[in-house]
Amino acid sequence: MRYPALFAWLLLAVALAVNAVLQPNLLAHDTLNSNMRVFLPLILVTAGEAVVILAGGIDISVGAIVSIVNALLATRVGLSGSPGAMWQFVLIALLVGILAGAVNGFFVAYLRLQPIITTYATSFLYAGIALFILPNPGGGIPGPIAELYRSTMPFKLPLAFFVIAILLGIWAYLRSTRYGNYLYAVGGKAQAAYETAVPVTLVQFSTYVICGLMAAVAGIAITMLSGSGNAEIGASMTLTCITAVVIGGTALSGGVGGVAGPVVGAITLGIIQNIISFARINTWWETLVKALIIVAALATPGIINRFRRRQ
Amino acid sequence: MKRFSISPPVAALLLAVVLFLLSGFLPNGFGSNMSIARAQALNILRLSAFLGVIAAGQTLVIISGYEGIDLSAGAVVTLTAILTYVVVSGRDEMVMPALLLSLAVGALIGLLNGAGITYLKISPFVMTLGMAGVVTGAIIVLNHGNVSGKVAPIMTRLIARPISPGIPIPAVLVIWLLFGLLMWVLLERTAFGKNLFAIGVNRITAKLSGVGVSGMNLATYALAGALAGFGGFLVVGNTGVVMIQLGQPFLFPSIAAVAVGGTLLSGGKGSYWGTMAGAIVLTLITSLLTTMQMPDSVRRMVLGGTLLVLISIYGRQRALRQ
Repeated sequence: MRYPALFAWLLLAVALAVNAVLQPNLLAHDTLNSNMRVFLPLILVTAGEAVVILAGGIDISVGAIVSIVNALLATRVGLSGSPGAMWQFVLIALLVGILAGAVNGFFVAYLRLQPIITTYATSFLYAGIALFILPNPGGGIPGPIAELYRSTMPFKLPLAFFVIAILLGIWAYLRSTRYGNYLYAVGGKAQAAYETAVPVTLVQFSTYVICGLMAAVAGIAITMLSGSGNAEIGASMTLTCITAVVIGGTALSGGVGGVAGPVVGAITLGIIQNIISFARINTWWETLVKALIIVAALATPGIINRFRRRQ
Repeated sequence: MKRFSISPPVAALLLAVVLFLLSGFLPNGFGSNMSIARAQALNILRLSAFLGVIAAGQTLVIISGYEGIDLSAGAVVTLTAILTYVVVSGRDEMVMPALLLSLAVGALIGLLNGAGITYLKISPFVMTLGMAGVVTGAIIVLNHGNVSGKVAPIMTRLIARPISPGIPIPAVLVIWLLFGLLMWVLLERTAFGKNLFAIGVNRITAKLSGVGVSGMNLATYALAGALAGFGGFLVVGNTGVVMIQLGQPFLFPSIAAVAVGGTLLSGGKGSYWGTMAGAIVLTLITSLLTTMQMPDSVRRMVLGGTLLVLISIYGRQRALRQ
């Protein structure tokens, strides 16, 4: 398809329509806000993952990085911590994310290890660290700060809207720079990129750093959302965010797609979850129905393409 | 000038032996008691067999290249384990039908994976991930949280016990060795094997030299599914009980075993001997960490660190400057 993200938008429109039928107050301020703040952590992780995948890699340690940040904030700030301590540890959390991403990037880009197995190994490392910081679920962040995330609505729009807008703005800028071109070149064909003097290793390294940073931001968001700590909180996000990237039209083989599509993909996955909760599907059937919808979403572009080729 | 090098399977096996010998010095290791050492070694080998069989299908799809991977293997293991458990229900004569059913169900799921990947051009990672979700969902619907069944005595005897009271070698090891031999024949001595490596290296050249790439891809994923199904059959024979998360813990270790065994994750190069060695190394490390009685957090960190070191030794890809 010429516009890989087009299908993601179509899918979002369909999902939104179905959701709106099942949940008539979908666009009311409060519903919108509560939905968006739940979707935001996955959106942030997905954006970072999309950059890595675009440059031909994959990072399956993102969920563990989210967990580290959550464990860190929940134990070091605490339920009765001061806002000052919170912001201090937010900075530290961002540095931790960058560091974790740099470790991934070092092994993949500089030691040339295979990304999937490397980040699988580091995911154990990071999950272990998260569990070491917070062995049992507990701790938390001060109530007022969690409240800030929940209720902030500048211009009567949810906070998440602004975060997403900033995210897409940064991506639009990056894409227009030389670095943006490098991303596509490295993901498309690393060897050819290398031969045309693209700093392939550095670009690959940088994508993992960006991904780690985004995972840390997601960790901060999910901590503010839940208000509490759990060292396994990010575990389920890894595979979900990769699915979101693919639904968003960014190919796992690299070099095709962007970040905007995956962001749309992440929102769509969130809405599918919404639909399943509101359609009053029998609990036993929930997993199956959700998986079937996702497989159908993955299969549709292929079916359309086969159909078009036959004509 | 040829650089001195040892092949990954041999390196992994050597590493396993060294690690095992070192583990004797641990506070609760076997020390100088040879019979305990032998029993421990045999037990680790026995446990490796299950990971090894499940990783066989993974080896095939990874060799087939183009990001080939099977993330549905864990769910298939759970499904066929539950099917075996229910179908057998403690009757020896139902073991063979259950085995055939496990293989068939696994192959069918694999075939669906292959169809999505081949015809709809869905990337193997997300196709098999989606399939894992569907299979898990189907398991939940089918068993509604509880199943009644039982493994047959003959399964326990052939899978979980030694060959005979006099020979302490676990029977499943013999099964695994025969299985390994079959895998070797498949990969090295058949047209299927030759074509598999060919499509793993370059699908266009393979197609131009007359390999039916689509058919090969379908067959590979179907076979991988069947092998995961066989894994489920073996696993339930060992555990004797089923649960919804039975197969999941084998999933990523099965990929790691392939990588540690020197099979290129980008496809086209590898062996099942390597995967067997990789399965032994991984099982050994996990069992050692368990016997060392460390907290879960430290255990995970050590496992991650060890895995990093392992793949750093020979998992490196070619440099761009060549």
